[in-house]
Amino acid sequence: MAVLEISGITKSFTSHLSMGRTQVLRGVDLKVEAGEVLGLLGANGAGKTTTLKTAVGLLRPEQGSVRLFGMPITDVRARARMGFLPENPYFYDYLSGREFLDFYARLCGIAPSRRAARVAEMLARVGLEDRADRPLRKFSKGMVQRVGLAQALINEPDLIILDEPMSGLDPIGRREFRDIILELRRNGKAVLFSSHILADAEALCDRVAILRGGKVAACGRLDSMLSDRVRFWEATLSRVDPASLNVPHEKIWQRGEQVVVRLQEAEQVDTLIEEVRRLGGTLRSLVPHRRTLEDLFLGELGYEAPEETKAPAAEKPPIPKSRG
Amino acid sequence: MDKTLAIAANTFREAIRDRVLYLLLGFALLMIGSSIFLSLLTVGSREKIIIDLGLSAISLFGVLSAIFLGVSLVFKEIDKRTIYTIVTKPVGRAQFILGKYLGLVLTLSVNLVVMTLGFYALLLYEGAAHARLLPAIGLTLLELLVVTALALLFSSFSTPILSALFTLGAYLAGQLSWSLRLLQDRLDPGIGRAVCEFFYWVLPNLWRFNIRAEVTHAVPVPLAEVGLAVVYGLAYAALLVFIACLSFERRDFT
Repeated sequence: MAVLEISGITKSFTSHLSMGRTQVLRGVDLKVEAGEVLGLLGANGAGKTTTLKTAVGLLRPEQGSVRLFGMPITDVRARARMGFLPENPYFYDYLSGREFLDFYARLCGIAPSRRAARVAEMLARVGLEDRADRPLRKFSKGMVQRVGLAQALINEPDLIILDEPMSGLDPIGRREFRDIILELRRNGKAVLFSSHILADAEALCDRVAILRGGKVAACGRLDSMLSDRVRFWEATLSRVDPASLNVPHEKIWQRGEQVVVRLQEAEQVDTLIEEVRRLGGTLRSLVPHRRTLEDLFLGELGYEAPEETKAPAAEKPPIPKSRG
Repeated sequence: MDKTLAIAANTFREAIRDRVLYLLLGFALLMIGSSIFLSLLTVGSREKIIIDLGLSAISLFGVLSAIFLGVSLVFKEIDKRTIYTIVTKPVGRAQFILGKYLGLVLTLSVNLVVMTLGFYALLLYEGAAHARLLPAIGLTLLELLVVTALALLFSSFSTPILSALFTLGAYLAGQLSWSLRLLQDRLDPGIGRAVCEFFYWVLPNLWRFNIRAEVTHAVPVPLAEVGLAVVYGLAYAALLVFIACLSFERRDFT
């Protein structure tokens, strides 16, 4: 059974001054299985936040359904197993970190005898134990984000939903957030998060779903979406005269004493190796350049994938293609 | 129930860490204290004027606090988005509304106790600390229960400014709703009488909670009348909170 199952949800909002409606979600289908990290990607306005808000019950879908652990989202037993951190969260700033987490622990029905220990444990986990008694209004944005993560995890949920969790964090904070998410996955928890930051998604996700125009444009395992799509191969050779190299290639240029060849097809690699051997040269390196998440993302959004490796300006201009 | 109480306790904590409450309370105590000077300017029994002004000040500032804090009670949670992490916890929306309501009622009750203590300190000084005044203050608390529920209901679907206007309107109409009965008696049977009857029942009969003139002048108030006011106040407030819960249940948080 899926931990979270979103089927065909639609949602529209009344536009400014009640003039017509804006359709934000146009039938989103999404499934999160136990123990997986699913990244929800999309451009601004693609419907990421609306999808997540509908998933946690802040918005009611017009059509379609949301099932959390097989139950409707209105069921408090389902919500007892979920944790949620909204985008740019704001909390009761008159409370100290400890009071804040104690309040949330109480809302989750954690017994009074276990509450203090649980709060202390969460404060330590997000690295706020020495600032626990300061009011939240004196917290930096990164600290608010951490205490927000602590409230999402306080009930030891099986599914954690995070809306843009990395925004506003410094590199150390992002690293710590990543580590916590990976630790959750190791403990068999499911995580659904939205992000603009593709590097985070690539580092964390088992699967990604790309939203476009209120629909899931692509969804699948990250390894299968990326691995079998090598964009090109780049070989670095030495002691080879580029003019005498008889291999069909996309590009060839000189980098100092070495020659760099870019190949499009895997079969060309074998030909290249034979040619280098024949000419008495050395193959220094051979690197497959795979399709990155950014290429995939931009491709789904209708942009052309960017050039990944460019010949630096200091290098000699590409040698005209030789056809073999 | 513990979750509702947790929300109530947090609402109370928010109010007592807010300076606005102390400002209102300070004004109320100042007004109660100033009744001494006002009594010097007026012809009539000094004691009665102090009592009358003091009781009115307690009621007025209680109602102002109820409206002022009540209309922003839920709106602030939505506006500042603190509600996102509350209603996604295993907490029912009705529990949230009830908790917010109880938290504000607790705040207003503490407020009322402080004002009463200030008032009685003044009366002790004047040698007029009569126990007969207490039922009038008790009924003021019931009035506050109803006004707070009105503010909560309006704010569950409207902005704070509109809610404050609606609540103030309902408060004023509720003070005068007894006159609908007088009007009804003068009308011929028909649609006019039915309309009067309808509004008499729908509007809060807040005048039922006002026995200030009676206690000031030591006119006995029948116990049944006080009892009826208590039952009416509790039932009316409960109904309003129930409707607020229903209205909140269907709400989207964008």
